[in-house]
Amino acid sequence: MSLLQIQNMTKTFGGLCAVSDFSISIEGNELMALIGPNGAGKTTVFNLVSGFYSPTEGSLVFKGKSLAGLKPHQVTALGIARTFQNIRLWHDMTVLENIQISQHYNLGYNLVDAFLRTRRYMGNEKRIADRGYEILEALDLRQFAEEMPKNLPYGLQRRVEIARALSISPALLLLDEPAAGLNSSDVNDLIKLIGWIHKEFKIAIWMIEHQMDVVMSLCSWIKVVDFGVTIAEGTPEQIQNNPDVIKAYLGDENI
Amino acid sequence: MLASIIQNLFNAFQWGSFYSLIALGYTLVYGVLRLINFAHGDIFMVGAYIAFFIATAILGMAVSLPGWMVLAMVIPLTMILTALVGVSLERIAYRPLRRKGAHRLYVVITALMCGLVLENGNLALLGASRKSFPELVDKVVYTVGDLSMTNLKIGVVFSAILVFIFLQFIVTKTKIGMAMRAISYDKFAVPLMGIPIDTVIVFTFILGSSFAGLAGLLFALSYPILDPYMGAMIGWKAFIAAVVGGIGDIRGAFLGGFLLGFVEILVVAVFPSTYRDLIAFAILMTILCIKPTGMFGVAGTTKI
Amino acid sequence: MRKLTVPTLLLAITGVIVFMSHQEYIDLYIQSVIMFMGVNIILSTSFNIVNGYMGEFACGHAGFMAVGAYVTSVVNVMLFTDDKVFGAALLPPETAVYLFPFTLLIGGAAAAVAGVLVAIPSFKTRDDYLAIITIAANFIIISTIINIDKIGGARGFMGMKKVLFAMTDSYDIPWILLWVMIFTFGTVFIIRRYVTSTYGKGIIAIKQDEVAAEIMSVNTNRMKLVAFMLSSGLAGIAGGLFAHILGYINPNSFGILKSTECLVMVYLGGMGSLSGSVISAILFTLLLESLRFIIPWMDTAMHYINLLPDSYELSQVWKWVIIPLILILLMQFRPEGIMGNRELSDVFPKLKKFYSFK
Repeated sequence: MSLLQIQNMTKTFGGLCAVSDFSISIEGNELMALIGPNGAGKTTVFNLVSGFYSPTEGSLVFKGKSLAGLKPHQVTALGIARTFQNIRLWHDMTVLENIQISQHYNLGYNLVDAFLRTRRYMGNEKRIADRGYEILEALDLRQFAEEMPKNLPYGLQRRVEIARALSISPALLLLDEPAAGLNSSDVNDLIKLIGWIHKEFKIAIWMIEHQMDVVMSLCSWIKVVDFGVTIAEGTPEQIQNNPDVIKAYLGDENI
Repeated sequence: MLASIIQNLFNAFQWGSFYSLIALGYTLVYGVLRLINFAHGDIFMVGAYIAFFIATAILGMAVSLPGWMVLAMVIPLTMILTALVGVSLERIAYRPLRRKGAHRLYVVITALMCGLVLENGNLALLGASRKSFPELVDKVVYTVGDLSMTNLKIGVVFSAILVFIFLQFIVTKTKIGMAMRAISYDKFAVPLMGIPIDTVIVFTFILGSSFAGLAGLLFALSYPILDPYMGAMIGWKAFIAAVVGGIGDIRGAFLGGFLLGFVEILVVAVFPSTYRDLIAFAILMTILCIKPTGMFGVAGTTKI
Repeated sequence: MRKLTVPTLLLAITGVIVFMSHQEYIDLYIQSVIMFMGVNIILSTSFNIVNGYMGEFACGHAGFMAVGAYVTSVVNVMLFTDDKVFGAALLPPETAVYLFPFTLLIGGAAAAVAGVLVAIPSFKTRDDYLAIITIAANFIIISTIINIDKIGGARGFMGMKKVLFAMTDSYDIPWILLWVMIFTFGTVFIIRRYVTSTYGKGIIAIKQDEVAAEIMSVNTNRMKLVAFMLSSGLAGIAGGLFAHILGYINPNSFGILKSTECLVMVYLGGMGSLSGSVISAILFTLLLESLRFIIPWMDTAMHYINLLPDSYELSQVWKWVIIPLILILLMQFRPEGIMGNRELSDVFPKLKKFYSFK
């Protein structure tokens, strides 16, 4: 059974068809990419998976469960984590707090426990803090635990955002343009990081990306969309030589 | 039976005219500044008081002038002076915040507080005794069948319709009206296109406030007892009307005003009058929950 | 120096003040000022949950205060006193002493339920529209109370003094002062524990980026519901205490002017700062009380230097010009308030040596 199975998914907004007849099957531990020109509908696909929108048609099944009608926080609790094109960290809280808050699906205590500081509260808060340090340690961010993200360089912020996503122990990680805004040395670090995460955590990673060196060096399978329609899919070599893809990207120097 | 319905309908038109006139001001300012000028209802009150002082002053100076002549002088003077109050509010309280790029929250709080300052300032300065507006117009009652209307009530409805036509013309057919609409779409692009944004905003406040002043004068003529808090409740109702119609669109404000007037007259005919305000606010809440953008409004979306 | 825990300190303060009041070292007027301070602290800290930490723009806090005030008062009058409208006391008046905190909590619970009225719209709306909805809710609550004749309608409701007498008949200590202080400290205590827990930090995440919060498994709708209910529930408790301090309540005292007071306190103190809300509540109470004296004094001074005509007298209404004006000036020159979003221990880190606050 595949991890994420999307079949014939379509999304229309009023008169505009943003995503049309989209199908994909992602197995556990794959590293796949979704590429296409700006406005092709890629982020919309991610938003549909995350639960921000409901598909007009089609089905989304994750680990055998239908994602229809689920709210984003419920989708996340099932095991799909996500980062955003423009980094959505909470800039006025510490890095550690950013990680801790994503444990909301699994707090283990309620409001009354918080008021009374019961043993259940203390135990769970410790577990959450430990988990936070654990993830920060793994991604080499431990020394920034008490920093505010707004004070960190952009490359590090991206890493914190990925750490936050990993802290929910996802089975599938969605990365929306992780390399956006990074300089070339940060991009190399990012490529190494994603590759390492993929091997170390053994999770499926699906990314939207414009920078082709990231896509080509990491991904085993690429899907290309334009105007909401899938125009090609295949291995990196196949996509590089596909005339439709080249036409859609005409002028893009990254290819 | 039919006669009383028509009578109620006519009363609703008259009552709703006040809401429409004030609602137009709310909607103009919101359209241009995305600001709910909570002080607008109190500008209506200020207009009524300005009219009172001008009328009393003129009558004091020239006792023998016929009422309609006094009225002819009071109307433009009231509108001009009330517009001045509105513009001063903009310059002193809202513009500095706009310059600083302050969060909209702070401007809204400022607007709310300015309204309170106007109300309580009036009460503090002029005292608690209510003022009685002089009678300038001889009431003439026209009876058509079972329907009775006074010339004053007809005048009120007529004014509201005239103002609406005038505003509709300005907003759709003039350059400055186009600028007003442009600002509501994209505040930042407008000055880049060479349009003086401050001038357009001042113009908007002049329009809104002068018509609120007119409404104040007409209200004072119709219901001659003035009190400092008269603007508060009516302001809120007019605001409800603007929201119901779709805030930002003057057709919405105009129709919303009459709709609310209609609902209120209907409510008072059926329920005890203490329920009137309760039901009006309940309607507001319901509409805001179901269709926050009102009848003519357009929903905005956030990009995720 | 051994670290004092803040709770012990607060208990000590309560004990001292109650003792001194009982012995009449502190006169009734100062007692009432302390009590109003307490009520204002509860109001401003509870309002801060929604407007400060969660970054919403609610404006109708006084409505929930009204719900709590009326529910607690009516329940108390029904249970413990012989009343013209409600008949004989349902329970022996001696029990008032033990049951008073519970009736307060009942009032708070009723207010929390009323809070759902504005919580649900907040799921889909923000800023201006939420402001309107909350102001409308405030009006609706007041209008509803005015229309219920059995509890006095627009004339107001009284009888709470008899409840207090029933309590002092059992044990003669200044009960209402004691309960105000206990609930004030309790409120600050639980709010602090709420916002320092990972659970409570969810609302701060909502303020800073709601989409991110939702995607990071925070159930934003539930968080908003809890925050609104907690905020209004505490306001309801403040209302119940307020009603018993005065002995008489009137629906119009819970209108837009009272909500404005709450707005001033929260924004004066700083959004998202608990110590800020406490400090501003104290300062604000002192300001209101001092205006009682300052205004007549200014009146005399201005008459003396002939700035004012003899026929005109500065009335207390000027209070209601000054308070909104404060907020206007605050918005212009220091919108972040006294403390911004920092706490006292951030500004004076040395204080951490002297106390620990878990």
